[in-house]
Amino acid sequence: MVFLRLIFLHLNMSNSIDLKKGLDIPLKGAAARKVIGTAKGDVVAVCPEDFAGFAPRLLVREGDRVLAGSPVLADKSNPDILLTAPVSGTVHAVVRGEKRKLLAVTIDPDPTCQYVEFGPLDPAAAGPDAVRDLLLKSGLFAAIIQRPYGIIADPSLKPKAIFISSFSTAPLAADSDFALGGEADDVQAGIRALSCLTDGGVHLSVSAGNYAKSPFHKLEGAILHTVSGKHPAGNVGVQISHISPIKKGQTVWTVPIVLVAAIGRLMRTGKLDLLRKVAVTGPAAEDPAYVEALPGTPVSALAAIGEGVRVISGDVLSGKAVGRDGYLGFFDNQITLLREGPEREILGWAKPFRPKIFSASKCYFSWLTPGKKYDLDTNVHGGPRAFVETKCFADVTPMDIFPIYLIKACLAGDIEKMEQFGIYEVLPEDLALCDYVDPSKNEIQAIIQSGIDLMIKEMA
Amino acid sequence: MAEEKKPGLFEKGGKLYWLHSSIDAFDTFLRVPGTVTSRGAHIRDAVDLKRVMILVVIALVPAALMGMYNVGFQSALATGAAWGFWKMFWYGFLRVLPLFLVSYIVGLGIEFADAQIKGEEVNEGYLVTGFLIPLIVPVDLPLWMLALAVAFAVIFGKCVFGGTGMNIWNPALLARAFLFFSYPSKMSGSEVWVHLPKGQAAVDAFTGATPLALTDEAGRHTVDALNAAGWDWWSLFNGLVPGSVGETSVIAILLGAVILVWTGVASWKIMVSAVAGGLLIGWLGQLTGATDLPCWYQLLLGGFAFGTVFMATDPVTSAQTEKGKWIYGFLVGALAVTVRFWNPGYAEGMMLAILLMNTFAPLIDHCVVSAATRRRNGKTQTA
Repeated sequence: MVFLRLIFLHLNMSNSIDLKKGLDIPLKGAAARKVIGTAKGDVVAVCPEDFAGFAPRLLVREGDRVLAGSPVLADKSNPDILLTAPVSGTVHAVVRGEKRKLLAVTIDPDPTCQYVEFGPLDPAAAGPDAVRDLLLKSGLFAAIIQRPYGIIADPSLKPKAIFISSFSTAPLAADSDFALGGEADDVQAGIRALSCLTDGGVHLSVSAGNYAKSPFHKLEGAILHTVSGKHPAGNVGVQISHISPIKKGQTVWTVPIVLVAAIGRLMRTGKLDLLRKVAVTGPAAEDPAYVEALPGTPVSALAAIGEGVRVISGDVLSGKAVGRDGYLGFFDNQITLLREGPEREILGWAKPFRPKIFSASKCYFSWLTPGKKYDLDTNVHGGPRAFVETKCFADVTPMDIFPIYLIKACLAGDIEKMEQFGIYEVLPEDLALCDYVDPSKNEIQAIIQSGIDLMIKEMA
Repeated sequence: MAEEKKPGLFEKGGKLYWLHSSIDAFDTFLRVPGTVTSRGAHIRDAVDLKRVMILVVIALVPAALMGMYNVGFQSALATGAAWGFWKMFWYGFLRVLPLFLVSYIVGLGIEFADAQIKGEEVNEGYLVTGFLIPLIVPVDLPLWMLALAVAFAVIFGKCVFGGTGMNIWNPALLARAFLFFSYPSKMSGSEVWVHLPKGQAAVDAFTGATPLALTDEAGRHTVDALNAAGWDWWSLFNGLVPGSVGETSVIAILLGAVILVWTGVASWKIMVSAVAGGLLIGWLGQLTGATDLPCWYQLLLGGFAFGTVFMATDPVTSAQTEKGKWIYGFLVGALAVTVRFWNPGYAEGMMLAILLMNTFAPLIDHCVVSAATRRRNGKTQTA
């Protein structure tokens, strides 16, 4: 029996991806594995800007009553795609920015949440159309990200496959074994539902390091891959490029594991329940630990925010600076608090030692203290220059692409070259470390995003 | 009440704002900019181009110090003077210092003016270029020639392309090539490599030619000819021979190589493959009878070591792809020694080999990238 089990394990392990390139930035402030409460904000916001490619049309007015799961916004180009309220309550305000751009719809939450009853669904029995309809109605279809381009998925398409990464390697990212360990049944139901939507199967990648202990390695209905390596090994884009690279004309879908669990809960209970364990992290976090919260909860309800601190929804490489009045992003289960660093260090670049700042390059002496964690701030540590040292990009990009050539193709706006060099396979987050390591201080993620935007425009 | 702050003299809106490029250059030299991240990753690595460039300069220091000492040593040898170590070093220092001054004043002047005209920040690339140029010219080079060469290299080698990072050829080598073809009498022969104090003539036995030139003339029994001139492999290795200021001491250059490779600023692949290329052609030269010099002598002679470590590895002008670096480096080494053997006009081939391969580096990369893209796209098609 044991022998058979070992063979089975071995067969399972055969889909293993071992990545050599990458970088783990030793940042201070990892969340302790404990939940210290549930964050209750004065309002809960629905922010259309969390969803790339979503053009919001307002479905509610101030003062309207909504339940958790009631539609709040619809996509102008595809009215079936809805964003729904994560809580029940009264619509408090419609927040607009410059040029009346819709930034958020805020909801005054009820003391006890009431849900829209969608009714449980057995995906296998109900079939793909019913699953898709339920996801659209509940607003959870917006949780599906379509690649190439990282935009909101098109419900009329059948993707080549669906990819889920069960773990994140980003700096201080929530430990999904802890954050989602108790929700393995929901994740299982989510995978069953998603596997209806594609013929190519659902690919689930698990961290090789704690493979045996992971609550996800026993899940059924998914093609399991074990992945090892430094960041960005946990990025689903990097995993896709090793499992089945996206070629021109193909689309794949990805769903963050947090939302796979929410999809599963929807299937099992018939309710939209987006509550998640959020890792409050970062060197400027007073008590880094987990807090339960809904997306759209004000970050000020999640953590005490000191003066001169930047609040990032997500991780420090690809997260969004939301400000102290901002809200937790729809896709995020982490916030990072970081000191702003406008101080000017005298002769910084010429000092032999700068023990407070980590450098991945051997131009400084961080390599002498491999276990040390750093209290990094937001200072750029240099002025912008032309590309000089470019090997560093390849060193942190474990994909079969030439980062510098892709970056230059994006800068040049050359569609053909971008295609050749793999624009279909990447999102800015997959090259986020290039931002970090570049001695010339270029904004690589912004450059890649501009390339993707151009592709969307030209290919439409 | 928030009071509107009056813009400073050099800030936007201030009277001397047009000077801001130069002021910023000094300001950021003294203090790291206070800029915080606004897009993309919220934290950034400590390393910037200033750091990278200063590390290259540090790696060059041993070669420069050794070069200064050697200038004094050769002068003492030529005149038969009995100087001590410090006297030799001081003498060499005083001879080499003007080269550095001219190189930096002219080069940085043009860089500042260029940045000023374009309204951009001043690039730190010239920190390295300005240090390299004095090390690859003969000590007796007239300063006005050096100034002209520096101006040519900075303007036509860098500024017209858009500055550091955009240039095709290594600017320092371009300066040398300019001198080499414009003023050949000051860049080759047996007169220029050793500085003789005013009014003094060399002692009779002293030739002043470089060992490399000697190997070209010797024909047969080259090692014996070198030995007869007083140079064995050890003196070639430690660098107490005539030559350009910084190129002679392989020990000092190796010290620099260790720094560059360890910090990752220069590619060890280029260095290794250049050595392999040089050795291979050196060996072929032995086989075909072009020389009777053991192939490893090629690594010790002339500017091979200096070029391999400090010039061929320039991250801007060398190949960018990892496979391309192997090819590029190999061809640099191979071509350098090929020129030495089969081109009677030039004793030294390193400069031309690197400049030629700088020209072809984008082509090498293009081939490597195209091949990889074809393979990749083939792979995704079948997936």
